[in-house]
Amino acid sequence: MVYYRFDGTFDGLLTAVFQAFERHETPDRLLAPDGIVPLFYDVLHEVETDGEKARRVWLKLGKTLSRASLSGLTTAFLTDNPEFPDMAFRYICRAVTSDGSIENDFSDPAVLSVLKECRRVRGEAHRLLQFVRFQKAADGTYFAMVEPLFDVLPMAVSHFCDRFNDQRFILYDRARDYGYYYDGEEVRRMSIDTDSSYMNTGRLTDEMMDADERLFQRLWRTYFKATAIQQRMNPRKQRQDMPERYWKYLTEMNGCD
Amino acid sequence: MTEATLDKLKILAAAAKYDVSCSSSGTVRRSDGNGVGNTVGGVGICHSFAADGRCISLLKVMLTNYCMLDCAYCVNRRSNDIPRATLSVSEVVDITMEFYRRNYIEGLFLSSGVVRNPDYTMERLVRIAKDLREVHRFNGYIHLKSIPGASRELINEAGRYADRMSVNIEIPTEERLKYLAPEKNHESIFLPMKYVRQGVLENKEDKRHLRHVPRFVPAGQSTQMIVGASDDTDRDILRASSMLYGMPTMRRVYYSGYVSVNDYDPRLPAMKQPPLVRENRLYQADWLMRFYQFKAEEIADADNPNLDLDVDPKLGWALRHPEVFPVDVNRAPYEMLLRVPGVGVRSATLIVNARKFRQLTSWHLKKIGVVLKRAQYFITCGELTARTVADTSPEYVRSRLVPKSRATKDNPLQMTFDFNS
Repeated sequence: MVYYRFDGTFDGLLTAVFQAFERHETPDRLLAPDGIVPLFYDVLHEVETDGEKARRVWLKLGKTLSRASLSGLTTAFLTDNPEFPDMAFRYICRAVTSDGSIENDFSDPAVLSVLKECRRVRGEAHRLLQFVRFQKAADGTYFAMVEPLFDVLPMAVSHFCDRFNDQRFILYDRARDYGYYYDGEEVRRMSIDTDSSYMNTGRLTDEMMDADERLFQRLWRTYFKATAIQQRMNPRKQRQDMPERYWKYLTEMNGCD
Repeated sequence: MTEATLDKLKILAAAAKYDVSCSSSGTVRRSDGNGVGNTVGGVGICHSFAADGRCISLLKVMLTNYCMLDCAYCVNRRSNDIPRATLSVSEVVDITMEFYRRNYIEGLFLSSGVVRNPDYTMERLVRIAKDLREVHRFNGYIHLKSIPGASRELINEAGRYADRMSVNIEIPTEERLKYLAPEKNHESIFLPMKYVRQGVLENKEDKRHLRHVPRFVPAGQSTQMIVGASDDTDRDILRASSMLYGMPTMRRVYYSGYVSVNDYDPRLPAMKQPPLVRENRLYQADWLMRFYQFKAEEIADADNPNLDLDVDPKLGWALRHPEVFPVDVNRAPYEMLLRVPGVGVRSATLIVNARKFRQLTSWHLKKIGVVLKRAQYFITCGELTARTVADTSPEYVRSRLVPKSRATKDNPLQMTFDFNS
């Protein structure tokens, strides 16, 4: 059995493809850096990420895949599914060797898995658009904390810059400890380095809040309760569409009035 | 903005909650650079889900729940002794803007009871939309109700600010509507619909000749029918929807299971629970008409005027038409794949693409996401040897798919469906 191990980056994945052709091998599996090495193997090759080799594979991919599929592949790569790098490896190998386009061959597990993982990642990015809740701080900046499953903040931030183009805001990913600050003109990546309580709860303290913030939070919670119809309660459906892992930072699911 | 506003919002949100529509879909508009907001199109964005499982996308609120009409099915009818309130223009505008800036909502869904006369009421709705757009430069989503009986001028003005407009039919047949809501008739409802439709078509025509044309209800119209308040059959309801979808600007018809709010009125049926399963079946039927190329007459015909509550309408159709099955997944046209129970729009598309590469087997179908538990009785794919509906009988297939223990009444609250798009 031939195993390749790469460093977990997208360039590393592309380099692995390059080296498989260079070494005239068909690896049985591509292992992630923290992947468990099987007990028995013939070859364990450590792929050394090489920007130039990655670039050449990417160029070749650009010739066989549509732009939509290319972006689908990079999006899917953000998934946390440990099986995915191996699937992506097969997908790329098949794409660069076949004559026609293979991106619509949904009978191939690799093609199907790119589609499915891409859908999962995009779903998570969409949930950011849904469930981000801003709080207004005393200085007029709006602050929101999130903990998405995948690193999808970069996919969502342009939506917020477009929508709230006249308001300063911070959108912060607590799980990966970075965020974006938009000053009304430009957006930039930043980290907040403090142990203050708001960084742990995601909720601004009373001193930090704008004078009216509490009132509007209460108004929102009031509305949220009043709009539900008692005769058709369905908490299961609520959980299905609004997973519990988001509740921590949702204004309407926290605080009592 | 004070404590009093809080109480008013509570009353007026509760007054508006029986209107099901809440979607923010149908139009894509990027920010215009001066002002706040955009709309995303696609399926819209649901910002939260209330405890009843329904999505909250727009701030759905009534301007006032005072009403001069006395419709039997409505919680806000004038003969009801309930707390009444009226929000001021600035209150609605402020709440909308502040909620929007915190990413609570996609925009505003504004409705109102009829006070003084239809034009007076409509004018106040238009004022709010105009204020939001012109004073506050609000570029998010606005859904306005047309008040039955409002003048054409006011509807036209409203259309310049609103993304979507709607007027509810509530009862599909006119005689029953007149029985339950003596002050309404179909003409008063269809007239505002017609004004909007003409406005949209004229707007489209203008766009062909002129460079700068203001938008006019870009997300089209929607409407709603109450299910279970009158004795209309599902066939009546679906025929009405089908007719409505025939209108050029009609995007969505919603179905609202009647919640017994006025149980003292002898014209209404006594119900402990809203008919949730029936409502769900109607939504499924609606989906079949919009995405699966079914006609209303195929879903509920004269012999079966009401939908079968135990099986979904697509399976119901398949069981009534065993002669068209089994369908060969490797050869059948897309339209036929759509008719197979267990195959959705998504999996049908994947099948059509994948079968160009190789002969598909049940293993492939399963991976693609076909629900073989249902589909197996209606397809062939080379190796599959399940006994199809053609080899057995519709009764046999039905008995396999509907477990005897599952009576529909078991837990009607567990039915789920999407209010979106």
